[in-house]
Amino acid sequence: MTEAAQTREERATALKGLGTARKRVEDVRFTQGKGNYVDDIKLDGMLFGDFVRSPYAHAKVLSINTEAATALPGVVAVLTAADLEPLGLHWMPTLAGDKQMVLADGKVLFQGQEVAFVIAEDRYIAADAVELVEVEYEEQPVIVDPFKALEPDAPVLREDIRDQLEGAHGPRKHNNHIFTWEQGDKAATEAVLAGADVVAEEMVYYHRTHPCPLETCGCVASMDKVNGKLTLYGTFQAPHAVRTVASLISGIAEHNIRVISPDIGGGFGNKVGVYPGYICSVVASIVTGKPVKWVEDRIENLTSTAFARDYWMKGKIAATKDGKITGLWCHTTADHGAFDACADPTKFPAGFMNICTGSYDIPTAYLSVDGVYTNKAPGGVAYRCSFRVTEAAYFIERMIEVLAIKLGMDAAELRRINFIRADQFPYQSALGWEYDSGNYHAAWEKAMKAVDYEGLRAEQAKRLEDFKAGKTRKLMGIGLTHFTEIVGAGPVKNCDILGLGMFDSCEIRIHPTGSAIARLGTISQGQGHATTFAQILASEIGIPADDITVEEGDTDTAPYGLGTYGSRSTPVAGAATAMAGRKIRAKAQMIAAYLLEVHDDDVEFDVDRFVVKGAPERFKTMKEIAFASYNQAIPGVEPGLEAVSYYDPPNMTYPFGAYVCVVDVDVDTGVTDIRQFYALDDCGTRINPMIIEGQVHGGLTEALAIAMGQEMAYDEIGNVKTATLMDFFWPSPFETPNYQTDWTTTPSPHHPIGAKGVGESPNVGGVPCFSNAVHDAFRPFGLTQTNMPHDHWRVWKVAHDLGLHG
Amino acid sequence: MSKMHVKMTVNGKEVEALAEPRMLLIHFLREELNITGPHIGCETTHCGACTVDLDGKSVKACTVFVAQANGANVTTVEGLVNDDGSLSVLQEMFREHHGLQCGFCTPGMITRAHRLLQENPNPSEEEVRFGMSGNLCRCTGYQNIVKAILAAAAELNAAREAAQ
Ligand code: FES
Ligand code: FES
Repeated sequence: MTEAAQTREERATALKGLGTARKRVEDVRFTQGKGNYVDDIKLDGMLFGDFVRSPYAHAKVLSINTEAATALPGVVAVLTAADLEPLGLHWMPTLAGDKQMVLADGKVLFQGQEVAFVIAEDRYIAADAVELVEVEYEEQPVIVDPFKALEPDAPVLREDIRDQLEGAHGPRKHNNHIFTWEQGDKAATEAVLAGADVVAEEMVYYHRTHPCPLETCGCVASMDKVNGKLTLYGTFQAPHAVRTVASLISGIAEHNIRVISPDIGGGFGNKVGVYPGYICSVVASIVTGKPVKWVEDRIENLTSTAFARDYWMKGKIAATKDGKITGLWCHTTADHGAFDACADPTKFPAGFMNICTGSYDIPTAYLSVDGVYTNKAPGGVAYRCSFRVTEAAYFIERMIEVLAIKLGMDAAELRRINFIRADQFPYQSALGWEYDSGNYHAAWEKAMKAVDYEGLRAEQAKRLEDFKAGKTRKLMGIGLTHFTEIVGAGPVKNCDILGLGMFDSCEIRIHPTGSAIARLGTISQGQGHATTFAQILASEIGIPADDITVEEGDTDTAPYGLGTYGSRSTPVAGAATAMAGRKIRAKAQMIAAYLLEVHDDDVEFDVDRFVVKGAPERFKTMKEIAFASYNQAIPGVEPGLEAVSYYDPPNMTYPFGAYVCVVDVDVDTGVTDIRQFYALDDCGTRINPMIIEGQVHGGLTEALAIAMGQEMAYDEIGNVKTATLMDFFWPSPFETPNYQTDWTTTPSPHHPIGAKGVGESPNVGGVPCFSNAVHDAFRPFGLTQTNMPHDHWRVWKVAHDLGLHG
Repeated sequence: MSKMHVKMTVNGKEVEALAEPRMLLIHFLREELNITGPHIGCETTHCGACTVDLDGKSVKACTVFVAQANGANVTTVEGLVNDDGSLSVLQEMFREHHGLQCGFCTPGMITRAHRLLQENPNPSEEEVRFGMSGNLCRCTGYQNIVKAILAAAAELNAAREAAQ
């Protein structure tokens, strides 16, 4: 069929734009093993770095003897803090305004901390040399409990800031205290609590866990001494930020640094931070004049790079006797480990924890967070969530359940009574956010109907009867969750990291023959940007997605952006893409009008062309316009067809969802069987339904892991008990259920295409849903709150403590 | 450390090299032969990212010394593409059903699935999940991987039937 004979619909379909389940362009490479991940990079003469790490969680370092290691054939150098000190690089700034030792400077503060960096000709020699470095330690008292850390006579962990009363986020009240962050109205909230019909109170702990992407962190640093240029390849979720930070701390001019994020094997927040391995590799490359590769192994990844969560959230929720919530109070004790290396926007030391009023119209609320140092690894990153939103969602969704128990109410009904109504948007929350859009009641009713909620409750009641009659040893739990996320950081007026505003960018070049390249400041780690950003653009500019190359991750070519985490790519860079596309379109309109010999206002965009208004047979396709932009002298119009957009979002976006989980719990073995999981997500405009569904499956599986077994556990002297995949629970295909996905669509009113972001929603909503299901199974026996993860042992213990073992 | 002479067939080609006997097969493939399809996700036999086919069995190449693979016949994901360079049915089905995201687990997944379908050409969903349980993925939640493998099995079976 010729182009002219195609119907409008056929032309639109051919673009593979918004809403198309377009197959991913990335997969042709990945399925045949042709990805290019950091460990695949091989440069001439490349050396390998490896760390000597601390076996102790807290110790003085008395001496380091590198003689035997240095003498091993093939070892090029061994770096210690003493070598980095003259360069001022033995400490580095963290993204949270704290500083962190690059290599142990007199003491170590967590097990696995970097003590010395060995550089050798291959990774085997490096590993041998690590064994030969002799370090003499003197053990110090260890603190793994953040509450103990704040006791008056607790040992001081951070000698370097002893007695400093002012931290990066205000006053410090103890040597192991980092910050206090307060939001909302304390006095008003306390007054509401004092006068309430009902107050439910609970300590909700969200345990320490780890993003643990399948690919660990790593880099290759290559200093070209001839032209003075440093190229740094690495698993970076924010390559431009890495370039700026590298320049600031190394003193190398920013134009002489090129940062490249190649293919990344999953990130989930783990690859946002700056790690000692990067600094040491850069120094090693400068010192040796050779490229240096450092790739951590799994144990190093779990024990030393960014963990997530570890929030102790004490909550009080007030309500009238018929269930209308009147106030929410929360105090969080946040265990940040040895250095405050959270990756939150500067003004938000506890991230967006103040989204903890969730999906509910709560008129009065107060939140305070104390950040605390302990002898654990630094971090506190947004693991598959926008900054601390998972913690907030878990907190409120547990508190709702606890309140339902106190009120003797059905938890679905309690939610229904308290949802923010559709007519209340934009909604101003008591803790300072303006929710952009939502229709929670509609989503909730759709979910309740899809799972036959009433039927499930009836089945559960029958099961309970059978259990009490001795006919079964399995209880049934129904987990509910309605979450609201806050993603897309963020407006430059209140969101920055290290002073860099959190806008994002897109640059588009249309080629003469009508195909295009788009470059962005973000970087995919599996989200399929090369596929979806081309779809946004296809709909905006009428060039088929298949004819658009999307490129990210090379700071020499991509426009500046803050990278990919916190579900910010679609809300921010996706918006930049649409806006840049509209600039292209505006120019194309002028060119079309000129070619059609009519006024600019007399042509309009139609799928893949501009048509003369009222005369659709007179048109110029985008392909023709592109060519004309290169070969025609058009008065008042510059040649070429290119645009760049830096997008500063006016607000965050607020995706939401309604989830239901049905679980069978064997009280004798503690084994839980997820029978059903229904996930309804509303992420605004849907770009690629296939990719959305994939993101939901993946996020739910990480939620399953976290809720049911995955944790970073420490013993009392700070040994990591879950340092390998033997102990760190990662569900296999056999342990993972099938999920039912569903959606509603409530576009964001301020986003150019109405999209909100989805990658993290299932993790945010999934964890409370799995956890609520386990809690719900035991509700008839008086359980109000038990800590995750709900592994078999802990579930068995709950049953045991409730007297269910006779 | 002294090196030994190793010889094996990798993706149908004879290779010979000197290597330390303690070198792991995964490092030998990736660093000596530049076959970087198989990845390293744990080095402790848990994740399956390094899965290769060794003499007709799925093995985790991070737990095999190169000395043990001497004389063996090794296939990696690179060796599974069709002779004309196009994607195999399994590879195509992974793409079709969105069975991958970051792609890091994918070479191991596909290599294992390839062997699974030789061991059991007509598996149930349960059998696929069990047969793949040595391969971990952090991104996909497996649902689409399972779908992809079942679809590949159906297509391969149909092709076999048609050929008979
Ligand atoms: S790297 Fe071999 S199983 Fe994980
Ligand atoms: S696709 Fe990322 S680990 Fe499987």
